[in-house]
Amino acid sequence: MKNTYIGSRPGLLAKKLVSLLLQGMVLAAVLGVAYILFATTQENLEIRGIESGFAFLWREAGLPIGDSLIEYDPSRSYGYAFLVGVLNTLLVSALAIVFATILGVMVGVARVSNNWLLAKCAAIYVETLRNLPLLLTLFFVYSVVLASLPHPREAIVLAEGYFLSKRGVYLPRPVAEEGFGIFVAAVCIALLLAVIFWRWAGAYKRRTGTSVPGFWGGLAIFGTLATLAYLASNSPIGSELPVYKGFNFKGGLALKPEFAALLIGLILYTAAFIGENVRSGIQSVQAGQIEAANALGVSRGVVTRLVLLPQALRVTIPATTNDYASLVKNSSLAVAIGYPDMVSIGGTIIGQNGQAIEIIAMWMAVYLTINLIISLVMNVLNARVQVVER
Amino acid sequence: MQSRTVTFHASPPRPAPVNQTNAIGWMRRNLFGGWKDTAITLVLLAILLSFVPDLIQWLFLNATYQGDDDVCRQNGGACWPFIIEKFQVLMIGVYPQDLSWRPAVSALALMGLAALTYSGRIRGVTLIAAWAILPIFALIMIGGAFGMQKVDQSVWGGLMLSIMLALVGVIVSIPLGVLLALGRHYGSPTVKVLCVTFIELLRGVPLITILFMASVMMPLFLPPELVINNLLRIQIGMILFSSAYMAEVVRGGLQAIPKGQTEASLSLGVTPARTIAFVVVPQALRHVLPPLIGRCIALFKDTSLVIIVGLLDFLGMVKGAALDTDWLGFQAEAYVFAAFVYWLICYSLSLYGRRLEQRGPSAHT
Repeated sequence: MKNTYIGSRPGLLAKKLVSLLLQGMVLAAVLGVAYILFATTQENLEIRGIESGFAFLWREAGLPIGDSLIEYDPSRSYGYAFLVGVLNTLLVSALAIVFATILGVMVGVARVSNNWLLAKCAAIYVETLRNLPLLLTLFFVYSVVLASLPHPREAIVLAEGYFLSKRGVYLPRPVAEEGFGIFVAAVCIALLLAVIFWRWAGAYKRRTGTSVPGFWGGLAIFGTLATLAYLASNSPIGSELPVYKGFNFKGGLALKPEFAALLIGLILYTAAFIGENVRSGIQSVQAGQIEAANALGVSRGVVTRLVLLPQALRVTIPATTNDYASLVKNSSLAVAIGYPDMVSIGGTIIGQNGQAIEIIAMWMAVYLTINLIISLVMNVLNARVQVVER
Repeated sequence: MQSRTVTFHASPPRPAPVNQTNAIGWMRRNLFGGWKDTAITLVLLAILLSFVPDLIQWLFLNATYQGDDDVCRQNGGACWPFIIEKFQVLMIGVYPQDLSWRPAVSALALMGLAALTYSGRIRGVTLIAAWAILPIFALIMIGGAFGMQKVDQSVWGGLMLSIMLALVGVIVSIPLGVLLALGRHYGSPTVKVLCVTFIELLRGVPLITILFMASVMMPLFLPPELVINNLLRIQIGMILFSSAYMAEVVRGGLQAIPKGQTEASLSLGVTPARTIAFVVVPQALRHVLPPLIGRCIALFKDTSLVIIVGLLDFLGMVKGAALDTDWLGFQAEAYVFAAFVYWLICYSLSLYGRRLEQRGPSAHT
């Protein structure tokens, strides 16, 4: 019987050659198709009189933007306008990630609660939000909930300087006054001292076995020093209150309804997913572990901190990384309700000069960068909680 | 020494104390277990009481079921005649009215097949074939062929369009996803790099940018003679996007197949291609059916994004209806109805997924 596999080097070599040849053909085919597409695109762009390249970024944009973190007016360049969009995307994503995590953890813990009512409420929340398109939630928040708020004239006053109205949420804007620099420096020093104390407490405990409340002690040190510094530098943080003037509020910190709707929608939607991650994390810890710790007389806080959390996080963190990434991508739905994020501004630019390829490449570059950063940070976090296996 | 055998009889278990089994006992355990529990329960009850009665009143008790917008405004509750009047537009968009039986037949076929699938009457190859044929049947019915009057795709809309986009998207993107996953898992280095690049690029960007690309850029890529209409371009964009996610799900299944399976098959003389097609892939798919269904739900939810590139799907029609000047001020009803429909479809799909998960990977298909 002929055997081409065992002990025949020439046969192996031939196989390798065939495989290399095949790979080369695949690559050639892909490159060929790519070249044809590229050539047709060039031709089409020429026919339509659309230029290519990134020179347009330095040209005057002339497009108005409603919400900007940095100084902006329409005489600025396209590149600058796009940057405004990138910053808006980053702002809304960062805020949404923080609040969605807080709400999500609360929902996840509530879902496994012994309290029947609490668990049921959390379950209804999760099952509702997860099974609705985010866009619908956004539309609902934007054109039903926020639109039903009163006119600025009759704005709901939550507290002195906090207004809720159809035109958005208005808050007092913190203003740095004289001595702010010194105060910031003092706070940094206080933080440093607190961290040093915390680490010393840990080292002391390891050396002597006597436990010192490092975390709470550090917090106390930080709180006391920061308060002292604030008083000593003569209260350097003032606030500018929004005032109703003309037909709207002037001054203060304004959250436009588009921003508020996008933020609320993203938080509510993502929190439902994070809540599920937290729940499955908690349920993945065997009941016996908790029971054993309880039987040994370990206090509840310590059981949570040292038995439950480290094991639950192993399941929760990887899934949550994905949810953070989708949150950032979902922030692009801003375009549907008119918040000027990167996609919305980029879309306007495409409408003006037709340079879709460049803009889409820039979108991809920014999103891939953000997602890469998220997964890097989360991987570091994940590496710290995973079991080191042999 | 004599050994005596003693037989022990366990005394029958005593019934649980009455205060543990009745309603009060249940409430004590589940609602008022301690002062913390009691506080949570009371606060939650207060919150629920503050809006649930109002909500029920608005939804049902004060609602108008018949009449026009004036009657609705007088009653103050929800205005259901608005939804009833807009029902056809929400379901099939501006599809010609006299032909509306055609989408209806397709919808019945879909529901019938869904019921058959859920009950487990049809399985295996028949099931897959039926689901592959269904969209073709629906396309023929809705678009018109074989002597039926042709209906242009520009008038397709409403829930019909959403479901079509999702159905075709799922059915085409699963095989594509399997191919991509196989390429990533078993492919030669070149193929692997190509697959990984494709998957990660598409997963790295939001669907909207893909839809923009399909709607705005695809005509630029293609020679001028080749014109693809907007709907098909967007459908292609959705399929490519979805296939990247499907590929990742399927890859999870491929990794779960023990190596012994392929080794056993190869040692029996089965060719590698047949081993992958008949040994590995079926098992892998069975493993990942629940997450695949999760992706189907996600894709159905994602179809709502097509309104941003100018298609009027269900949500687009809802938004249009909400802005109708004849029925001004009934936006909430429109969105509540939309939420109900989306929720019903997605939740029943997720229930089905959960059922498959409970049955385990070996029992189904």
